[in-house]
Amino acid sequence: MATLELQGIRKSFGTVPVLHGIDLHVAEGEFIVIVGASGCGKSTLLRIVAGLETATEGSVLIGGADVTRLEPKDRDIAMVFQNYALYPHMSVFDNMAYGLRIRGLPRAEIEERVRRTAEMLGLGELLRRKPRELSGGQRQRVAMGRAIVREPKLFLFDEPLSNLDAKLRVQMRAEIKRLQRRLGVTSLYVTHDQVEAMTLGDRLVVMNGGRAEQVATPMEVWREPANIYVAGFIGAPAMNFLHGRLCSEGDAVDLRAGCAIALAAPPAGVKNAEVTVGIRPEHVRICGTGAVGAIPLKVDLVEPLGAESLIHGILPSGEELTVRTNDCSPLAGTTLPIVLPAEHLHLFGEDGRRLRLAHARNAAARVRAGA
Amino acid sequence: MRKKVIFPQVGLPYLLLLPQLAITFVFFFLPAAQAIWFSFLRQDAFGIRTEFVGLENFVELFADPLYRDSIWITFVFSLSVAALAMSVALGLAVLADRHIRGAAAYKTLLIWPYAIAPAVAAVLWIFIFHPQVGLLGRFLNGIGVAWDYKLNGTQALIAVIVASAWKQVSYNFLFFLAGLQSIPRSVLEAAAIDGASPARRFWTVVFPLLSPTTFFLLVINLTYAFFDTFGVIDALTKGGPAKATTTLIYRAYIDGRVNLDLGSSSAQSVVLMLAVIALTAVQFRFIERKVHY
Repeated sequence: MATLELQGIRKSFGTVPVLHGIDLHVAEGEFIVIVGASGCGKSTLLRIVAGLETATEGSVLIGGADVTRLEPKDRDIAMVFQNYALYPHMSVFDNMAYGLRIRGLPRAEIEERVRRTAEMLGLGELLRRKPRELSGGQRQRVAMGRAIVREPKLFLFDEPLSNLDAKLRVQMRAEIKRLQRRLGVTSLYVTHDQVEAMTLGDRLVVMNGGRAEQVATPMEVWREPANIYVAGFIGAPAMNFLHGRLCSEGDAVDLRAGCAIALAAPPAGVKNAEVTVGIRPEHVRICGTGAVGAIPLKVDLVEPLGAESLIHGILPSGEELTVRTNDCSPLAGTTLPIVLPAEHLHLFGEDGRRLRLAHARNAAARVRAGA
Repeated sequence: MRKKVIFPQVGLPYLLLLPQLAITFVFFFLPAAQAIWFSFLRQDAFGIRTEFVGLENFVELFADPLYRDSIWITFVFSLSVAALAMSVALGLAVLADRHIRGAAAYKTLLIWPYAIAPAVAAVLWIFIFHPQVGLLGRFLNGIGVAWDYKLNGTQALIAVIVASAWKQVSYNFLFFLAGLQSIPRSVLEAAAIDGASPARRFWTVVFPLLSPTTFFLLVINLTYAFFDTFGVIDALTKGGPAKATTTLIYRAYIDGRVNLDLGSSSAQSVVLMLAVIALTAVQFRFIERKVHY
């Protein structure tokens, strides 16, 4: 158990920069998930923490000690790889004991620790097996076991669940979370899967193009995404983005789609400017025909998911909008009147950054029809 | 898993096999059968009289102390060639596997010796080993080591071993490099994180994972040293001095082509044939069983 600190981590491969200065402070026992699309630099960041890559600039501190120049073996970390990276010629026992033997632990202690860890992971019966005789889920467990048995200061996970089938992935996800809680080891977990990110992380680092776009708890990221990228990346189906214009008083936004929505409080210091209006599909309300301020949505495609349906439609402005509803599914080709509740709007300025709004939750939304 | 293809006609599969079988028959079974037949005969040097002598050729062969020497020399020679060629190749492959500058050029250069004819290779090595004109020969004599592979049997054996191994390094290098590159990088990284030093990683992870390649190459190298080194030996030492480098294959050639003792030469060929069959059998057996991990 230890803290982890990243200070201004930059990395370039040749002349191509992949990380543009990452700062992160991880508290003891915290579970941090680094999430981003492929190529955003998240795996590189993890490998820099592991010591498998060297940072071009910046430093890595584990437990307060600068380990930037240290080899992986001197950092007291353990890593779980995407393809498990088990030693194919060794039994499960030997796989787990490898690191302990190198550290020169007494035979009895190695035996004891491996058995205890194997029991904890339900691998007790499999210790004599070779990796190729195991299923994907079992291999995954062995890889976890190999990390746990070492009792390291820091766990690193590099997309450990992406090679498993969907059902097993959900199961292992819960298991990893439980284990991490129980062991209380500081963890860094890289994934491209936002569900994994939301469910596992105490805090998320949302990365894009080598930058940490937002570092916050999962709910904060979901409720108040720092910019358009984060807003679009976290949440499924993705947030809708519409063109709008903040009126000259700054207290209402005119949508290109055809109506103006009054804001409870204007964003600080921004008036009379083009903005991007974001709203999550689950926040769009379908209302009765003739409701004040309703926008007609031409239904293009309906995807029933069982408990709910996704409605993909086109607004009068030609912009696309997705609605998530547990309503009985309307038919494609019909027109639905919808309302965008002001308290659920996200406003992003021209630079893509979130404009802070002071929502008064119960303020009656003043609506100027037509605009 | 073998896939079974069903042919409607009985003749077609045989027809498709025919070209391959015909080639094998004409170029292997026929001469092999002839060799076996000749090994039971004795012929005078002018080919006028031939008589059937049964196994006498074989009995004489194994009673001949020079032939037993030859077996021993072949044994030492083959194992040394295999060991030298493989260890050097493995070392070079490990170096080439790292991301080095100009890796492509390095690899190409290493593969060259394989494309050189044995006789040419031998001439090349003469320019190295020759006591008066060779680089190494002159150097050794210069520092007071009495080096003359044409007089000293041990030195001659060393010379043919080095020259033969050199030619085989390229081949081994290619296989070892491919073997190394098929080891997942993450497995090595996992070992590094587990605390293993580079040397320990090599002996506990890399080398065991290379074992199928190593075993395959061992058989191939032994076969090479047994049968394909004739050219090198002939050009460098001609089996001498005092038969110190006369391997089984070289002796079969001398007895058959130079001494015109067809019966004995055929018997020797049959012995060699049995040896290669044994080696191949071992190889197939283990490759089939996959001595992996």
